[in-house]
Amino acid sequence: MLNWWLPENVSTYGQEIDSIFHLIYWITGVTFILVTGALLAFIIIYRDRPGRRATYTHGSTPLEIAWTVAPALILVVLTFLSVPAWSRIKMTLPESDLLIHVTGKQFNWEITYPGPDGRFGTADDKTFLDEMHVPINKVVRIQLRGREVIHSFFVPQFRFKQDAVPGRDIMQWFEVTKAGKYEAPCAELCGFGHSGMRAWIYAHTPEDYAKWAAENLKTAAGTPPAGPAAAETTDGKTEGKPKS
Amino acid sequence: MSAPTATASAHAHVEHHELGFVRTYIFSTDHKMIGRQFMFMGLFMMILGGLLALVVRWQLAWPETPVPGLGMILKDTGGILEPSTYNMAFTMHATIMIFFVIMPILAGGFGNYLIPLMIGARDMAFPFLNMLSFWVGALAGVLILAGFFVEGGHAAAGWTSYAPLSAVPQYTGVNWGQNLWCISLFVLGVGSMMGSINYITTIINMRAPGMTLFRMPLVIWSLFITAILLLLALPVLTSAVAMLLFDRTLGTSWFNPSGGGEPLLWQHLFWYFGHPEVYILILPAMGIASEILPVFSRKPVFGYHAMAFSMIGIAFLSWIVYGHHMFVSGMNPALGMSFMITTMIIAVPSAIKTFNWLGTLWGGRIQFTVPMLNALAFVSMFVIGGLSGIFMASTPVDIYIQDTYFIVAHIHYVVFGGSIFGAFAALYYWYPKIFGRMTNTLLGHLHFWPTFVFFNLTFFPMHIIGVGGQMRRIYNPMQYEFLQHQQHWNVFITYSALLLGLSQIPFVINFFWSLFAGPKAPMNPWNATTLEWTAPSPPPHLNWGATVPTVYRGPYEYSSPESTTTDFLPQTQPPRTRAGVSRH
Repeated sequence: MLNWWLPENVSTYGQEIDSIFHLIYWITGVTFILVTGALLAFIIIYRDRPGRRATYTHGSTPLEIAWTVAPALILVVLTFLSVPAWSRIKMTLPESDLLIHVTGKQFNWEITYPGPDGRFGTADDKTFLDEMHVPINKVVRIQLRGREVIHSFFVPQFRFKQDAVPGRDIMQWFEVTKAGKYEAPCAELCGFGHSGMRAWIYAHTPEDYAKWAAENLKTAAGTPPAGPAAAETTDGKTEGKPKS
Repeated sequence: MSAPTATASAHAHVEHHELGFVRTYIFSTDHKMIGRQFMFMGLFMMILGGLLALVVRWQLAWPETPVPGLGMILKDTGGILEPSTYNMAFTMHATIMIFFVIMPILAGGFGNYLIPLMIGARDMAFPFLNMLSFWVGALAGVLILAGFFVEGGHAAAGWTSYAPLSAVPQYTGVNWGQNLWCISLFVLGVGSMMGSINYITTIINMRAPGMTLFRMPLVIWSLFITAILLLLALPVLTSAVAMLLFDRTLGTSWFNPSGGGEPLLWQHLFWYFGHPEVYILILPAMGIASEILPVFSRKPVFGYHAMAFSMIGIAFLSWIVYGHHMFVSGMNPALGMSFMITTMIIAVPSAIKTFNWLGTLWGGRIQFTVPMLNALAFVSMFVIGGLSGIFMASTPVDIYIQDTYFIVAHIHYVVFGGSIFGAFAALYYWYPKIFGRMTNTLLGHLHFWPTFVFFNLTFFPMHIIGVGGQMRRIYNPMQYEFLQHQQHWNVFITYSALLLGLSQIPFVINFFWSLFAGPKAPMNPWNATTLEWTAPSPPPHLNWGATVPTVYRGPYEYSSPESTTTDFLPQTQPPRTRAGVSRH
């Protein structure tokens, strides 16, 4: 199937988004060709020529009804097709024992895993800067938060996007189907360092992930490779100054 | 040419006392002069807004290289944009284009100029308030320009100014720039309120004898509905920017969670204004197209009532779709589902309008004048802008394309392809009436064709890079590995944008050359039926002679079998048989 410039999809629900996307491509493409074709045909056929007199008509009620009902029906169908995907992606939260906290700050993503005790908010939490590791074929829950301003966690190849808002925790999920290294830029203007704010997501096979977790998450309290970031604060002002 | 009966043929000078220079050209209470003042303000600001867009485009195509000509202003960097300057450039491009170009030209300029002339009134209901509304708007313009000269630069949080980024000076490094942005839009909101009250009162109370609501030209319907939206929507923004300014300067915490505020409150307030705002920008252009297509098809507009009611439907629905800007904002996703349904519904009246424009062309005798070409461009570009909106309306698809160049393409197809082509169509169409001179047709074609071509070459590829994932408002796409393969599109778009900018030169030449050297315009150069063409070109103070025109029929009586001598029946032409024959 033609990819229509979309980047490769590697998440479970990405396929649902892409198929609605393609459907709208076809609906709008055909509509565009019909409408523009009619427009071009009319301005050629009915161009001013000597002796031509325009048709005197004020409209047609049957036509008005037809072109009100037809687009309405198409849009109703499109709405009903969109509801299940939206509901599955944003309104349900599949069970998973893997939860990662993602905090957007000017101008990095802080990725936090619970340490060996399996709980957040304890001293052994492991925080990485702009680096996330996840296993494939497993639901990953993430809890998003903005530190001082709004950011947006965007993973193009997962078809994932969610704003990270200061003052509220937003639970989301994704499930990756293919191992690899993926970019996760910030998609909401967050200040002068907005451009270039980006995390790398490493999607591992379950074995590789287990290995990575054993080396990086299960160790006793210590310094994770990327260096610990400051503990979460609710006071935006302390984080107001950017890194560079 | 059929003489407008019993109206302009009357000769008397109605209270013809000479006004001095200041009262005629500066502090004028004449709706026509105020309309022209708004137009000139909008056209002047358009130069600035356009140059800012080209600066943004240069950076995206050739990141971090000196922008030609900018070395004089940005001495420290030798003309290279820094990220903060870049953020300022796109923020102010959008702010200026929306608030100081399209709104002044369409709602301010043509609203003022056309409403009294097309409903048969001598002036607005409140001429002094009308003058005040322009000068308050001009003060807002001065304040927004002042922001470029303050320390820390102008606002750089996007034209949407999402809090808390915009609410705390340290987050952007911008202090007085953002404050002036708030103050300017506050002042503009006050001026807009004066204007909208005036428009609504005038249309309700001051229509000429016989000008029933359903004999009003559709452009007046569009301006009437726009005025209602302005009256109800803009005060929400006015309040929101005041709250934002208080957060920034007085230590309140409406939007900042560190003081107990709520960031999403800003978005709800902003888009509660912001979505009706989109229709404030596009409805007048829809009215203009509905006016020009019948004239140059020599045919009545197809489905007059459907056209009027679809605009009313759009206006009503525009209040309950705003949440589609916030699908991934953290708003309850169940609410997102509701907003998706209303958003899909609002596409229906837009579709009705498009089909009726096609119906107007069908069976016509189409004359390819410059205003007609621009109106046809409006219709075809609005089709693309409308269809691309359906992608965003579908919530799952929006997850992916929210905040990408796809939305940038969409908004430019609507506000440039729609509103700006509508404004050009209106300027070419009413220029003879407004300035009493005809424009040059050759220059008009030299302006229209390159603008149409380069507009599409600039904005269509933005759909492609948006689908490829390029985020809006990023400083340098080359910082992202997944975007590097499509950088050639950014270069292509920038070349097209530069040529699009150059394509405006024939317009500027035409505008000023015709002002002084264009052939004198007759009273009704396009053989049109509506009332403004029964007044002299340009119309004198108070528009008509001794009596205002009386209206006997609807606004689009072209090629009517009732007339054997001409192919149009002016609204002032009494029916040949007994009274009460006309259709509307």
